[in-house]
Amino acid sequence: MTEVTMAVYRGDARGGQFVHYTVDAEEGQVVLDVVHTIQAAQANDLAVRWNCKAGKCGSCSAEVNGHPRLMCMTRMNQFQPGELITVAPIKTFPIIKDLVTDVSFNFEVAKEIPAFKPRAPEADGTYRMMQEDIDRGQEFRKCIECFLCQNVCHVIRDHPENKPKFYGPRFFVRLAELEMHPLDTEDRTELIRNAGGIGYCNITKCCTEVCPEDIHITDNAIIPLKERVADKYYDPFRWVFGKLARK
Amino acid sequence: MPEYETHEYDVLVVGAGGAGLRAAIEASALGAKTALICKSLLGKAHTVMAEGGIAAAMGNVWPEDNWQVHFRDTMRGGKMLNNWRMAQLHAQEAPDRVLELERWGALFDRTKDGRILQRDFGGHRYARLAHVGDRTGLEMIRTLQQHAVHKGIDVFMECTISRLLKDGDRIAGAVGYRRERGEILLFKAKAVVLATGGIGKAWKITSNSWEYTGDGHSLAYWAGADLIDMECVQFHPTGMVWPPSVRGILVTEGVRGDGGTLKNSEGARFMFNYIPEFFKAETADSETEADGWYEDKKNNRRTPDLLPRDEVARAINSEVKAGRGSPHGGVFLDIASRRPAEYIKRRLPSMYHQFMKLADVDITAVPMEVGPTCHYAMGGVRVDADTAASTVPGLFAAGECAGGMHGANRLGGNSLSDLLVFGRRAGMGAAEYALGLGAAPSVDMAQADEAVSDMLGHFEREGEENPYAVQKDLQETMQELVGIIRTQSELEQALVKLGELRERSERTGVEGNRHYNPGWHLAMDLRSLLTVAEAACRAATMRQESRGGHTREDFPGSDPAWGRVNVAVRQGPDGSMQIAKEPLPQMPDDLRKLFEEK
Repeated sequence: MTEVTMAVYRGDARGGQFVHYTVDAEEGQVVLDVVHTIQAAQANDLAVRWNCKAGKCGSCSAEVNGHPRLMCMTRMNQFQPGELITVAPIKTFPIIKDLVTDVSFNFEVAKEIPAFKPRAPEADGTYRMMQEDIDRGQEFRKCIECFLCQNVCHVIRDHPENKPKFYGPRFFVRLAELEMHPLDTEDRTELIRNAGGIGYCNITKCCTEVCPEDIHITDNAIIPLKERVADKYYDPFRWVFGKLARK
Repeated sequence: MPEYETHEYDVLVVGAGGAGLRAAIEASALGAKTALICKSLLGKAHTVMAEGGIAAAMGNVWPEDNWQVHFRDTMRGGKMLNNWRMAQLHAQEAPDRVLELERWGALFDRTKDGRILQRDFGGHRYARLAHVGDRTGLEMIRTLQQHAVHKGIDVFMECTISRLLKDGDRIAGAVGYRRERGEILLFKAKAVVLATGGIGKAWKITSNSWEYTGDGHSLAYWAGADLIDMECVQFHPTGMVWPPSVRGILVTEGVRGDGGTLKNSEGARFMFNYIPEFFKAETADSETEADGWYEDKKNNRRTPDLLPRDEVARAINSEVKAGRGSPHGGVFLDIASRRPAEYIKRRLPSMYHQFMKLADVDITAVPMEVGPTCHYAMGGVRVDADTAASTVPGLFAAGECAGGMHGANRLGGNSLSDLLVFGRRAGMGAAEYALGLGAAPSVDMAQADEAVSDMLGHFEREGEENPYAVQKDLQETMQELVGIIRTQSELEQALVKLGELRERSERTGVEGNRHYNPGWHLAMDLRSLLTVAEAACRAATMRQESRGGHTREDFPGSDPAWGRVNVAVRQGPDGSMQIAKEPLPQMPDDLRKLFEEK
């Protein structure tokens, strides 16, 4: 048992402040364990989201000492003994209470993405896909929707006014997954360019750095999508050819 | 008079994991106006934590596989206590449900010829689990969620249902609340589907999340429905044991399915010493045969490392008790010395990640330490196999909160398939019932007001009992006295303690206000936690034998007479819990024949 002091943000939309709590921590604990200890003993109404406590559900995103992290995967032994640890809600989304934020933006964007539309199956009613053709898609589908990538993306973190015209890295991953799905027949390039606002991304890779699933968001999802958009709308030869063909 | 935010639906689905999502998709597709209640955010339900795979006899790896073999494995794994009709429908329909997920965008791991790959798991004769590495649950919930989002289903996130409402003997709706601001919700609904998952949060060492407080079990019980098999609780043999803060987190059975083996402190593969008579004929009795089985199932029998979970959990328990455990009170699970590092990382990426990040253990280099963890409730709402209807008109149940499908013990992989098969059937059953109902039932506001006054009552008592302290004491009681191995005197002690805990729970006070308040939420959850704990304890007291997920130290053998009955739990007219022995549904002869072959 060691004593730890944690400064946890307490408050809501009207304002708040960091409150210091001192508790005993057991060996091997993660930040979420300490938050739960505080909640059980000193602040029963401390609001925090969590489910699996094993990095699989993406519920417990927060900013720990200023770094966007999953609280359940942040070990206490990475901090110096006696170091003050601050835990704050993720900044990009409006606070509900304490460590809980209103992430409904993401669920609204999800509705705008046209559904998967598969081609016709083989004669036996099933599909054939080779493993190497779905490796990339499986990488994207590791996403646990913790929204840490959305949280650090400066397009919306520093400019909330961009939210209505920018889907954010999570949904570029989703769109890339659909676009690269061997069975899908829908074309979402126009959506990616326009409503999705992929042009706002200037590939600073902040999203990739914080992804707890190590998805190569920028290199494997966003850049290929940008290329598709460029090929379709900005390729001068294709543009000229398109104009001529329409005549 | 409380203020209500009122909604009206044909079908109200409570719970948004695999079963709830699948039920809502089906009900909505059949034209029922459908709402889906999520206790957490959409996509975070317990299904997301499922690892190993979805059991379905597709025969992609072993063409010999078919629904009859799957049915037989399921019934034998459940120690024949299963509802045979549920097990039959499950085995027959699971392949279609998996292919349906693929049509909806799921990307399963592939065979060399491009079909869905299937992996070995405990108790399954053939490699049968469709999977995505060791994150199959995530794939499943995301696929269902992304499919559902375009289907016109109204989703209520971070809402909890506290009580069902009835009009006479049938369902009329439900009362609940929104976590964000604490508003009270009133749903007028013709049919309700319960898909709330399990009860594991009543135990201390568990793989279950905070949501698993037996809500659906309790809502059904209070509404007058029957629960069955509540004594049958699955302790998954392999949970993490070290460090203490991660104790109980699941280690997928896929580790053993992909070649891992259990060893004690002497390095011995002890499972060979724990092969029960019931499984002798189909289990390897030498290490050579066991290791040969992974590649050649025709000439070798299955490794005892992959006996059903109840057998493996008891074996680990015995090894630890005999002093042959690992340093932190578990046993060793070794895949490092048996498979190449690259293979392990590809097949079990999240296990690799989980041990590396949380325990500083590299599972490609050294063995893991594992021990049993409370994982799954076989018991639940008694339902009709074909329609998922409970004994209360208008009330349906699917997934973990329904009983019967898995008998006394569930096979790994049979849960995800259960969610899909019976989620769909519950959605159909509820939609057909609701659309066939003439006039909507009328809601008795006195019932609603009473439920709300119970919910808000916690704010009127200040700080007498801390709900977290009551929950902790409950978890310790159940762990110690109603754990893997039970005995009469301890069960009796547990009942006394549960009575004391109930009194304390009625005195719990709540800090703060209704605004996103986990303390208030827990104070309300205690009511359902205590209900399911009492049901498990009373049912365990009645069943005087050992079978599957119910082991009695004082009745160590299985008794054929007990093999013919379920223990049913229902609320008596005076509000007390009543327990009864009731005969199992009778299996027809053509299916019975499947059990005559060895």
